[in-house]
Amino acid sequence: MENNVVIRVCMGPAGIAAGGRDVLERFREALASAGLDASVKEHCSSHQVGCLGLCARDVLVEVHTDGQKHTYQYVKPDMVERIVTEHIAGGKPVSEWLVDDSFDAFYEKQVKVVLSHCGVLDPEDIDDYIASGGYEAIGRILKKCLPEMVIDEIKASGLRGRGGAGFPTGLKWELAREAAGDRKYMICNADEGDPGAFMDRAVIEGNPHAVIEGMMIGAFSIGASKGYVYIRAEYPLAVERLKLAIAQARKKGLLGKAILGTKFSFDIEIKLGAGAFVCGEETALIASIEGERGMPRSKPPFPVNRGLWQCPTVINNVETLANIPYIMRKGASWFASYGTEKSRGTKVFALTGKIRNTGLIEVPMGITLREILYDIGGGTESGKEIKAVQTGGPSGGCIPASMFDLHVDYESLAKVGSIVGSGGMIVLDEDDCMVNMARYFIQFTQAESCGKCVPCRVGTKRVLEILDRITQGRGRPDDIAKLERLCKGIKSTSLCGLGQTAPNPVLSTLKYFREEYEAHIIDKKCPARVCKALLTYWILEETCTGCGACRRACPAEAISGEKKKPHRIDPEKCIRCGMCYEVCKFSSVERE
Amino acid sequence: MVQITIDGKKIDVPEGITILEAARRNGIYIPTLCFHPRLTYFGGCRLCIVEVKGFLRPVTACTTTVNKDMEVNTSTAELEELRKLILELILSDHPHDCMLCEKAGACTLQELAYTYGVDGFQFAGERRRYSKRDGNPFIERDLEKCILCGRCVKVCREIQGVEAIDFGYRGFKAKICTNFEEDLDCEFCGQCVQVCPTGALTGKLWARKGRQMSLREVETVCPYCGTGCNITVHVNRNEIAKVTAREDSWNEGWLCVKGRFGYRFANSPERLTVPLIRKVPRGEGAPEKVEDLFREATWEEALDLVASRLLEIKEAHGPDSIAGLSSARCTNEENYLFQKFIRAVVGTNNVDHCARL
Amino acid sequence: MAGLAAIFGSGAMTNSIREIEGMDAIFIIGSNTKESHPVIANRMIKALHRGARIVVADPRSVPMTRFAEVHLKMRPGTDVALLNGMAHVIVKEGLMNREFIEAATEGFEEWKRSIEEFTPEEVERITGVSRDDIIRAARIYGEARNAGIFYTMGITQHTCGLDNVKAIANLAILTGNIGRESTGVNPLRGQNNVQGASDAACLPNVFPGYQKVGLPEVQKKFEEAWGVKLPDSPGLTSTEMIIAAFEKRLKAMYIMGENPVVTDPNAHHTVKALETLDFLVVQDIFLTDTARLADVVLPAASAFEKEGTFTNTERKVQRVRKAIDSPGQARDDLSIIMELSRRMGYPMEYSSPRDVLREWGELWPPIQGITYERLEEEGLQWPCPDESHPGTPYLYKDGFPKGKVPFSPVSFNPPAETTDEDYPLVLTTGRNLFQYHSGTMTRQVEPIEAHCGTPYVEISPGDSRRLRIRDGAAIRIVSRRGAVTVSARITERVAEGTVFLPMHYREAAANLLTNDALDASVKIPELKVCAVRVEPVKRR
Ligand SMILES: Cc1cc2nc3c(=O)[nH]c(=O)nc-3n(C[C@H](O)[C@H](O)[C@H](O)COP(=O)(O)O)c2cc1C
Ligand code: SF4
Ligand code: SF4
Repeated sequence: MENNVVIRVCMGPAGIAAGGRDVLERFREALASAGLDASVKEHCSSHQVGCLGLCARDVLVEVHTDGQKHTYQYVKPDMVERIVTEHIAGGKPVSEWLVDDSFDAFYEKQVKVVLSHCGVLDPEDIDDYIASGGYEAIGRILKKCLPEMVIDEIKASGLRGRGGAGFPTGLKWELAREAAGDRKYMICNADEGDPGAFMDRAVIEGNPHAVIEGMMIGAFSIGASKGYVYIRAEYPLAVERLKLAIAQARKKGLLGKAILGTKFSFDIEIKLGAGAFVCGEETALIASIEGERGMPRSKPPFPVNRGLWQCPTVINNVETLANIPYIMRKGASWFASYGTEKSRGTKVFALTGKIRNTGLIEVPMGITLREILYDIGGGTESGKEIKAVQTGGPSGGCIPASMFDLHVDYESLAKVGSIVGSGGMIVLDEDDCMVNMARYFIQFTQAESCGKCVPCRVGTKRVLEILDRITQGRGRPDDIAKLERLCKGIKSTSLCGLGQTAPNPVLSTLKYFREEYEAHIIDKKCPARVCKALLTYWILEETCTGCGACRRACPAEAISGEKKKPHRIDPEKCIRCGMCYEVCKFSSVERE
Repeated sequence: MVQITIDGKKIDVPEGITILEAARRNGIYIPTLCFHPRLTYFGGCRLCIVEVKGFLRPVTACTTTVNKDMEVNTSTAELEELRKLILELILSDHPHDCMLCEKAGACTLQELAYTYGVDGFQFAGERRRYSKRDGNPFIERDLEKCILCGRCVKVCREIQGVEAIDFGYRGFKAKICTNFEEDLDCEFCGQCVQVCPTGALTGKLWARKGRQMSLREVETVCPYCGTGCNITVHVNRNEIAKVTAREDSWNEGWLCVKGRFGYRFANSPERLTVPLIRKVPRGEGAPEKVEDLFREATWEEALDLVASRLLEIKEAHGPDSIAGLSSARCTNEENYLFQKFIRAVVGTNNVDHCARL
Repeated sequence: MAGLAAIFGSGAMTNSIREIEGMDAIFIIGSNTKESHPVIANRMIKALHRGARIVVADPRSVPMTRFAEVHLKMRPGTDVALLNGMAHVIVKEGLMNREFIEAATEGFEEWKRSIEEFTPEEVERITGVSRDDIIRAARIYGEARNAGIFYTMGITQHTCGLDNVKAIANLAILTGNIGRESTGVNPLRGQNNVQGASDAACLPNVFPGYQKVGLPEVQKKFEEAWGVKLPDSPGLTSTEMIIAAFEKRLKAMYIMGENPVVTDPNAHHTVKALETLDFLVVQDIFLTDTARLADVVLPAASAFEKEGTFTNTERKVQRVRKAIDSPGQARDDLSIIMELSRRMGYPMEYSSPRDVLREWGELWPPIQGITYERLEEEGLQWPCPDESHPGTPYLYKDGFPKGKVPFSPVSFNPPAETTDEDYPLVLTTGRNLFQYHSGTMTRQVEPIEAHCGTPYVEISPGDSRRLRIRDGAAIRIVSRRGAVTVSARITERVAEGTVFLPMHYREAAANLLTNDALDASVKIPELKVCAVRVEPVKRR
């Protein structure tokens, strides 16, 4: 029956990148030209929904007919017509384009709280959110609750900050509530500077009102009447949707003076961040909102006591805040039923790297790494063994395969030298060089260091220089000792979280993959064959046809040989660029 | 007052002060580089780290306030090792040219390097390189010696209210510069020079005039405006090498461009050095050149001439035909004596100074 | 600063510089503090960071306005109207301190009537400052618990200088903002020892310590102390001296460390006057324009070359110490005066400046407790009557020496010289940050000369457009008395219709143009305001 047809096109960032808008347009056109327009107009709706989670398979399209759901993957505009005629008009799904079983496995182990409405609600329509029960929690709270009751509820839920440090949210609010001062502030941290992380963006793009409602509940609890969302300017769609959502909320009297006829007043201002990683650090963020250079300040005093303009301030991460309305709606015990004793609820992770199902996942805390990587992630695409996973982005550590039965929660990850962080998970296999990976992350943190304190500014530079020379084959026997001394020093003396965590990738790889370092330094070999400078190239006489392609390609004139006779590489001249390896049609160039 | 324990010693300190203050008041030394008592805290150099019971990692003494029953250790083997590492890192990015540096002998970094026996070669690597061109006649800037302690930025904002400079760039390339590296808009008070702990900021006029060990210090008062800032004049033989102000003076070490850099008039070749007696009449047609206007005289001759002429005029026209004008730039004693001279010796009240102007 | 002394009892700053940090409102009128007293400005900026509110009243956008909540950009010479207007608002809004008025002042009711006409609307018309700003400024000052007023020559260098000071004092007593820590009225002294020179009585009408010439007990005291008969009628002020010289009533002058040719108004007149003298002695460290006119020039020691004391603007006596020897045969002023006195039959012998201070202290009790020994560490603020007295950071803690302080009605008189068709612009003069006074010292300092060594005139973008003057172009400024040629600096700092000429440059001396009309009672020449026209210089 036509009036039950709903089509959902993934319009998250990856969806749009894969051509989601065109697909959406084509659906509208096709439905119209298929003569479905008269009735479709009334009964069919195409939502611009936020991220569905499995970005690798975008554009994803869900077709709901008569309570049945079919999901298409890799949809291109030219596929739309057939879906409309065969499936929507003809009632027969196009089976070869539907997702396979692994797609369902991807969802089985997941529990969606924060993402529950992403991809379902229209983020540009406040009524959609309200119809789903949105703003009901704040309405009830304003009428019936004391701030202390809300704080107790959040404390009971066991929610901890999702921005990295995992500080108990209820306690944070309580401290700010108790702090002396008549002006207080509620800040949402949407700076999300971790390379590869995009969960906060997905939440804001997919369900901005949940974040706003979370901020309102927080503001009410601590006694703030002004809030800021600090969001990076590189997220234009998120900014746009947030602006729209705030405007809609204002129109409905949900933001502004005397909200819902109560004494509670609250409004939100958007501050655009210029994209410095360190501006996500809470004190740097405060400095940035104050109009100063985003440089961290010493703690204590903590923002809950003296934050923005010296007033008590709560800074919460997007995901933290998006959890709040659901907790208040469904109750603390519902939330606390997920997760482990000390880490309650769910967490969104961004799976990337050598993994089949890349994208956002939301899982209960306490799930094992193995479940995430194999059941949800589907293992590597190539079938190679997963060697390790880097959690927590550049501030996190590397966890080796031997530890994949580890439960993912704040304490367990910290124990092995990593962190939950904002939720990045980079999967590595045997083709990844751990030294090079550590070097990559240190390069990032070094470039992003604000320059305020010595260990971070100069220390990470020296670490980078040492890793550079190790990966270039100039490592020295005492380099490992130097790295350890530097990293420990940087960790314990840096001012802010950036410096304090920057050595984690190096320290964890030194701990679990020390032999890779030693191979680089002592044997001058890169086991993963990543570090170009450490490779040696030679030509297999048996299969070399003497075609001369390699000789012509070599920029260093290191290859010689007569026509139709086996060629030779002069190791003295070879600059290890790999050109010969690339051009040889007979796989006669070997390297190690 | 709260009781805290530092290095095993129980001491009573006022609430709300920092660990560093508490330690200094009780004669306990904690090394610092970026800390400055007249500026808000920064916490960038990390040298003042101490261990506080209950804290996982060391905290900076300059930013952490004391709490009741706090237990602090200022010098454990581990802390000293960390401090050494920090100094090694700073020095690994510092020109090793103390033998030529203006600041040698008065440089906090040099002093700490000496105390900790650190040279910075352990982690030798890339050094920042900057051109020394700066296009101003007052302040010499050597950014390669800058340790990014931020004192100059703070003093410019908090004391001078100018905000001419700030931190720029990130990571290893971070440096102190004007906003967006625009032209410097500066009052040249030299407050930044005063607080810079290294040789990064010095006076242009100071160059090669003498370093700390060869200078004699004289405490006096600025000869310019009525604020009367206390200054320290640094003298090399009979020449003023530089002027600074003491942090513990009432003006807290702050001066303006005139007080700090305006001292060179004293050693000017234009100074009057001998009494002069006029050769030609005043008025229209007087020659331009000094030699044509005056001849040099001995003090005896000049003083005799002044005394006798004043007596003559007093005799002929009465004391009220004479007047004395003194200066607000002379000392109290000179002014007192001058008016006494005019009143008691000349015998008139025709005495004034430029107070009104 | 006779004006203030007549009202409160002393003409000095009532607060210490240190106390500025504790003020919660700072009202600056006619003081370019950031450039003329930069280190005092530092304190104000610190106060600002602690939450103080700053109001600046100045015809120019002086740098201090950057820190001000309100900038009252009034027309030059309209200070009285502005101050009365603020007082009007304070009275109307009931922000005055009734208790203080009751206890410590007199003449309130009468004075109150005198300010009735100064409504914000009327004051806006006179001063050109919007009524809202006048009200805001009045509230900031009136609502503060600890408010300080600061002013300098900007206020006193007008024909109505004394009136300005009175109007300031009225504001302070209206709100009870005097006699407490961080609360008071503070004239800032331009030169380092103006306070000391006044205290030591290089003034024609008083003996050391402001003891009036002519009072029998004073005459007797000094005659006994100095062992000589003393003249008992007030002498000439510096400006009167120039006039007297011009009129040949004065025959000889002895000038120690001053350069009236550059600093006095109407320079042509000053030069003529000095040329007319029979005998002129100038004692200085450089051959100034004044010294060039002398019969005898005596080379003196600079401040770095002698021992002694200076008294700063907050009444603090501080030690000056010898750092270097004087060049050549130059010697300190003290020894020169002693030599002359011996030759003139009244030997004054002191073995050191220390003895001079002691003698002075014996004659003026407020500094009796100040000795060189005590000054070794830190300066002392007078009054300091005995050696155990710690000095006095702020005045009038225990009331005013003359009993109740009178409110003084002041009416608004437009500046003496007004603009007309031929001279349509108002010239104001003042200081800049880098140069000092007549430039005798600073112009000998290479970096200062390199940075700020050329005279300039500040002119508003509007006027420069109308007169077709480009930035940096040479222009002639012509007044009724003379003309100078300088380069134009186009800046928003000056309001349209006014130009600003710094006083430091002898080659473009501001006083070639200025007006020597005197304030009737304090004899401060009107340096601040005169009418001029500006002409582009045609290139030949
Ligand atoms: C270098 C650095 C970058 C950070 N970036 C972010 C960020 O992008 N988003 C975020 O929510 N928190 C970030 N944090 C953590 C914040 O400082 C802060 O702990 C967090 O916003 C608190 O919110 P929560 O309690 O809800 O987690 C960062 C921390 C550091 C040290
Ligand atoms: S640790 Fe790094 S980012 Fe953090 S304050 Fe220090 S220099 Fe800046
Ligand atoms: S220039 Fe000097 S004061 Fe400024 S940051 Fe560098 S070392 Fe510190």
